[in-house]
Amino acid sequence: MLWMAVFIIVPLILIAVFAFTTTVKTDADGNILDAEALDALYEEYEEEYGEDAEPEIYERTIFTLANIFEVSRYMSTLLHSIWLALIATVICLILGYPVAYLISRLHFDRQKIMLMLVMLPMWMNFLLRTYAWMTLLERSGLINRVLGLIGLGPFQMINTPGAVVLGMVYNYLPFMITPLYSVMTKIDGRTIEAAQDLGAGSLRVMTRVVIPLSVPGVVSGITMVFVPAVSTFIISRMLGGGTNMLIGDLIDLQFLGNAYNPNLGAAMSLVLMVFILLCMSITNSIDDDDMEAALL
Amino acid sequence: MEKKKLVELKGITKAFDGEPVLRGIDLEVHDNEFMTLLGPSGCGKTTTLRIIGGFETPDTGDVLFDGARINDVPPHRRSVNTVFQKYALFPHLNVYENVAFALRLRKTPEREVSQRVAEMLELVNLRGFERRRVNNLSGGQQQRVAIARALISNPRVLLLDEPLGALDLKLRKEMQNELKALQQRTGITFIYVTHDQEEALTMSDTVVVMNGGVIQQIGTPQDIYNEPKNTFVARFIGESNILPGIMHRDFLVEFAGNNFECVDRDFAPMEPVNVVIRPEDIRLVEATEDTINGVVRRVTFKGVHYEIVVEAVSVNWIIHSTKAPEVGGIVGMTFTPEDIHIMHRSPDDALPLASDLAPMEEAAAEAAE
Repeated sequence: MLWMAVFIIVPLILIAVFAFTTTVKTDADGNILDAEALDALYEEYEEEYGEDAEPEIYERTIFTLANIFEVSRYMSTLLHSIWLALIATVICLILGYPVAYLISRLHFDRQKIMLMLVMLPMWMNFLLRTYAWMTLLERSGLINRVLGLIGLGPFQMINTPGAVVLGMVYNYLPFMITPLYSVMTKIDGRTIEAAQDLGAGSLRVMTRVVIPLSVPGVVSGITMVFVPAVSTFIISRMLGGGTNMLIGDLIDLQFLGNAYNPNLGAAMSLVLMVFILLCMSITNSIDDDDMEAALL
Repeated sequence: MEKKKLVELKGITKAFDGEPVLRGIDLEVHDNEFMTLLGPSGCGKTTTLRIIGGFETPDTGDVLFDGARINDVPPHRRSVNTVFQKYALFPHLNVYENVAFALRLRKTPEREVSQRVAEMLELVNLRGFERRRVNNLSGGQQQRVAIARALISNPRVLLLDEPLGALDLKLRKEMQNELKALQQRTGITFIYVTHDQEEALTMSDTVVVMNGGVIQQIGTPQDIYNEPKNTFVARFIGESNILPGIMHRDFLVEFAGNNFECVDRDFAPMEPVNVVIRPEDIRLVEATEDTINGVVRRVTFKGVHYEIVVEAVSVNWIIHSTKAPEVGGIVGMTFTPEDIHIMHRSPDDALPLASDLAPMEEAAAEAAE
């Protein structure tokens, strides 16, 4: 409980506090001064006391919804982020599902090796991995050069939304495979045999038994990929160039960049969190039947 | 009346990772038969069943169904259904959908499905459980769902892989009777795998005793019990006193220091044999010159009878009797020629037997303490 309080609840409260507050300037009487009033005050002082006089100005933190409203100006970026993360998640699911299934049906010793191979790229630094893709996708990069040898291209690959999605898929695919695999290994081989025994061929064993039983893995796999993908800023910065800014980049700018405004950054984070929760509740509400129907 | 052969296994061998599991199985299963494959764990009985079900392919040999070779027919195309060990129900479906599974695959009209499911649930006494989740059922109930699920598509043969293994003793007895009744009512051929000899004797028309990937004996429960073909069968089926002996000539055998009249014949003159006497066939009487006399070492109450260990001619004899003699007292043992079973001593006897019974050694070890 203490653990949760320290690492989850407290940061959340801090974000909320930042998101709903802003720092304003007030005069000695506590009246809030907007930019115009501030200028007027300075002018007044200058006239009355001369060049070097400074009016008494105080700072105060007040409750406001302005930050949240301001986030709506960046709604297109937010939706773009969600869209790219969604595409990446779907691709991860399509690629990861068969891989996880095949691994889960291997001999136990082989499973360990295969799982290690899946995790292998994760041992390399995240930045380095993504940087490697930069050099591959560049206009004068390896892929274009190889294509050039057979008279194709060069293609514009880097700095496209496609490159960002590729980066997401590449980086987060293990997060899809691992939860799927761990749910699938728990499916009793005899349950599959029972389905065969009762007349189900391979396809219907999949649709009627394996897929419904692996729904929990699908849900957690989607979560594990979608959430980091939607809030990433490294991948979009390295592979997307300036044109494919994601919400993560914007938040980063508010805290560490030149647009320094932690209150707006916190508000963005909060809105993003609401959207993620919304997406996750939709995912979680998918029951077995819908899943089956969706994949048929 | 010669019954129709339904399933035939011819010279089946199978090895896993180079380890032979079946070493040449020949078996005929007839229409409407209740056949039990009986043996200790690792004897190959489950593998045999899985080969019939189509989950394993034999390395050599043929599987015939109704005269046609089905070695390469996948499980979902065989008119054989299986009740799996630990049931293997579909955890994401309720009782109704579990039972209906096979019919749903065939796109059966809904009305027929509900009618058939109702029939099957009636058959296994599970009416009113349709909407229950299978994980919330007791072992016995899950068992019934598994049987209903396997029977709904009217298979020609039902394979049962230790279906009662997870149930407690009382429920097991009840289910034994129910299964037997079910088999007789439906007329479906049952091939039943178990390591429980009592279960095999109670339910089967034919018992196949297996050990080390080889069929040891095929026969009716009475044959198997009364005329075990070798010491393995004798030890595995019920308890036995097994003594080394010499067959002097037809109807005369020497063991335990005496010559006894017996009913066996056609042995080589002076052939070394094993003599089997069932514990319940030995009568305890007053010690006289005509009886085998010994000291009572141990008396254990077993409910219906006492198990008595008597040391005589440096062997521990196991006797079942309803009367308990005094421990340490001298008793005489007697039996009739019909109670003496003679069997050839085979090279296999030298192998360590997988039987968990081995009453002689156990008793000897206890006596030695």
